[in-house]
Amino acid sequence: MSKIRLKVNGDTHELDVSPDTPLLWVLRDKLKLIGTKFGCGIAQCGACTVHVDGQPMRACVLPVSTVSGEVTTIEGLADGGNLHPLQEAWIEHDVPQCGYCQAGQIMSAAALLETNPAPSDADIDEALAGNYCRCGTYVRIRQAVHTAASYYNADKGAS
Amino acid sequence: MKKTNISRRNLLKVSALTGGGLLLEMTLPAAAQEKNALVRSRELNVYVEISPDGQITIYSATPEMGQGIKTSLPMIIAEEMGARWEDVRVLDAPLDAKFGLQGAGGSTSIPRNFQAMREMGASAREMLIGAGALLMEVEREDLVAENSEIIHKSGQSRTFGELAALAAEQPVPDPEFLSYKDPRAYTIIGTSVGGVDNLVISTGRSQFGIDVDVPDMKYATYSRCPRVGGTAVSFNEAAIKKLPGIVDAFILAPDDRAGEASMVFLKGMAVLRGGVAIIGEDTWSVIDAKRRLEVEWDDDAASDDSWTQMVADAKAAAAAGGGEVRQDSGGVDAALTDAKNRTLEAFYQFPYVAHICMEPMNCTAHYQKADAEHPDRMEIWLGSQFPGQVKEIAKNMLNIEPENVTVHPQRLGGGFGRRAIHDFATEAMAIAHRVDYPVKLTWTRTDDIHNDFFRVGGFENMKGAVDADGRLAAWDQHYIGFKYPDRFVVGSGLRGNELPMVAFENARVSQTMTDITTPCGAWRAPGSNTNAFVEQSFIHELAELAGRDHAEFLIELMGEPRWIKEGDVNALNTGRAVDVIKLAVARSGWGRALPAGHGLGLAFYFCHAAHVAEVAEVSVDENRNFRVEKVTVAVDVGPIINMSGAISQVQGSIVDGLSTMAMQQITMEGGVIQEDNFHQYPVMRIAATPEIDVHFIQSENPSTGLGEPALPPLAPAVTNAIYAATGERIRSMPLSEAGFKLV
Repeated sequence: MSKIRLKVNGDTHELDVSPDTPLLWVLRDKLKLIGTKFGCGIAQCGACTVHVDGQPMRACVLPVSTVSGEVTTIEGLADGGNLHPLQEAWIEHDVPQCGYCQAGQIMSAAALLETNPAPSDADIDEALAGNYCRCGTYVRIRQAVHTAASYYNADKGAS
Repeated sequence: MKKTNISRRNLLKVSALTGGGLLLEMTLPAAAQEKNALVRSRELNVYVEISPDGQITIYSATPEMGQGIKTSLPMIIAEEMGARWEDVRVLDAPLDAKFGLQGAGGSTSIPRNFQAMREMGASAREMLIGAGALLMEVEREDLVAENSEIIHKSGQSRTFGELAALAAEQPVPDPEFLSYKDPRAYTIIGTSVGGVDNLVISTGRSQFGIDVDVPDMKYATYSRCPRVGGTAVSFNEAAIKKLPGIVDAFILAPDDRAGEASMVFLKGMAVLRGGVAIIGEDTWSVIDAKRRLEVEWDDDAASDDSWTQMVADAKAAAAAGGGEVRQDSGGVDAALTDAKNRTLEAFYQFPYVAHICMEPMNCTAHYQKADAEHPDRMEIWLGSQFPGQVKEIAKNMLNIEPENVTVHPQRLGGGFGRRAIHDFATEAMAIAHRVDYPVKLTWTRTDDIHNDFFRVGGFENMKGAVDADGRLAAWDQHYIGFKYPDRFVVGSGLRGNELPMVAFENARVSQTMTDITTPCGAWRAPGSNTNAFVEQSFIHELAELAGRDHAEFLIELMGEPRWIKEGDVNALNTGRAVDVIKLAVARSGWGRALPAGHGLGLAFYFCHAAHVAEVAEVSVDENRNFRVEKVTVAVDVGPIINMSGAISQVQGSIVDGLSTMAMQQITMEGGVIQEDNFHQYPVMRIAATPEIDVHFIQSENPSTGLGEPALPPLAPAVTNAIYAATGERIRSMPLSEAGFKLV
């Protein structure tokens, strides 16, 4: 066990955990941020996707001691009371089925929109290639990312 | 008072909510439900509440696993009530006997519940109208319910909220005399309504079983013998217990009592397999310790199943022919040997596959030993398709009485049939029984794959003949599948309702079933998902042999429009079949000129009371990379409840079907499952997603379920399209085994 300092969704935490503990389990078991999901433990399915300094990362294989940047999880994606454009679009397109993978999908898509505000289908396919959906909601995920991109740009233009 | 049927009359109860409001509770007994040919369940019960501020709460008692039932059933109630959907919130009902069977499986939730939901909504409406008549001092015949208001023909109105308290005091209408909305006046049913949990899901706040957090809870893993039936003799206990964060570790002996289920398809399933439990302070500590676990297993009597051997044995069985004849219309051998006919023989193969719900299996259990004031108690949290069934496990394995078992159903991170079997709850309860704190058992993905109840693999040897006119002259179907020594394997073998058995005049169907040990269970459209591949491919083969257009040949096989079993909506209707085939063919541009390397493939399947036809357009390159460009789907499941949800189920079934047929298979050697995680058992990724064009024929038949039936036709539609594109016939899944790569 050792003291680890971790900044998540704007809050700094001092944690007493084994340094090789994957970030995923620190988020879920210690910080009770259950929105980030366990799917495979080997970075194949993307259910655990979070941002570290804005970059999408698979939290299930990321030892917490190696995380020096600021972590954002699905719980931290909305801006205060305002949903992220992706969250709005996910609701509008009725994307979820079982819903388990969707936080990871949204986090991967959010990282895409930060660097590419007008992604093509191919861009979306590439950015979300690491995220499985066993229910098969891919058709709507693509549509929702396009819709979110339009909201995203409108928001940017307004600010 | 009108003459009433007392036994039904008593089933409707009403009580005022604290603070005023309407609460309507309804139970339907078996007798009432059995009147409906579609209904298979025993009981059902729902609440509707209206608060004085106008909020309408509808409880959802059916497990939600992604099939959208938590949205669609409340839509039916809201429609009949005359509610405005925006005023409705849907809450999960607890598990309680007063709700009857709370279960989801077999695409039955809509047909089982449709009438009861209408009755629920209509009863509430009549009570609101009664209250409106009193308050406005008008005749109830002059009132209608619309937009969460009771409106008089004069134009005056009262909101549901204003009427809620008085409505609760109105007599409950006799269901026999309820009237229902004309479907043409529907404002909610048939529209697109988003899932009621979309907001909590999209913001990461929805709670699945794996997210359960109970005070003083500890975390557990469980490790079973890699070969089914093996038991743990010893393990490196001292080393494991010394690891950081580890609280306890112990061996559990196998226990078959947990498999003593009352539901036929659960018998012998959820047994406790021998293994080693590790308990710790957090999930990672126990997963890490599990990786360091060294166990001595006694596997002398364990499974020796081998996929390689199964394939070899099946080929020998096919060559030997015969098998138990399930149906024989006669004349098959004569037609197969008639020199005027053209004949064909083909051996088909399909693998075992896993469920891989995105949420690995898990269960939280808290055992409290009897004391002076209490008997033995168990509290359980889990995502389950039939959560009430875990009470039987507690009773049979631990002798805890059902009334002392509290079950908290959670949202399911995928079901697909897997969460109908509660072996993970068996394990969690067995572990919790040994300690005095709550324990959350989480399976790793490898646990989840190795210990699945797989979609059973199998084989079919097909013979067929077409006559000089290009018509089907003989169909000889030899199923080579599996059983357990003492019971059937779900999904293996022919059930008697498959197309050739019910519709063909010159068919023989036989089967050879051999024993296996590997656990198998229901997997999205059990039986149908593999049988569709074989039958619908072979029909195409015969059409090609006859030099006929596939669509024309398939339609001809259906014969005159008729119910195969009159009055049974669960039976094939050849007219409905032809209608969906024609629609899929028309909308896909069947017969149009295609670029080189492209092909169109057609398939039809009937299951779960649904008639579904699909046309796939596929492109294949010289390196055997194949892409499904588009799938056109035509579905008749009667009137659609939630259009968005229905399209979503079809889209999901296409993706799931494609993922499975393209790249997934479970193999076992010496009883050991060979695939450990997604690197060896991949799932289709977003880039391969085809365009999916969905069309519904909303026939005037009862609405039936859509969680499964759009999946079976996908595989044969794709392989028939690959044949059209390349001339290569695929008779074995997954396609990756033949070097095809889905791109």
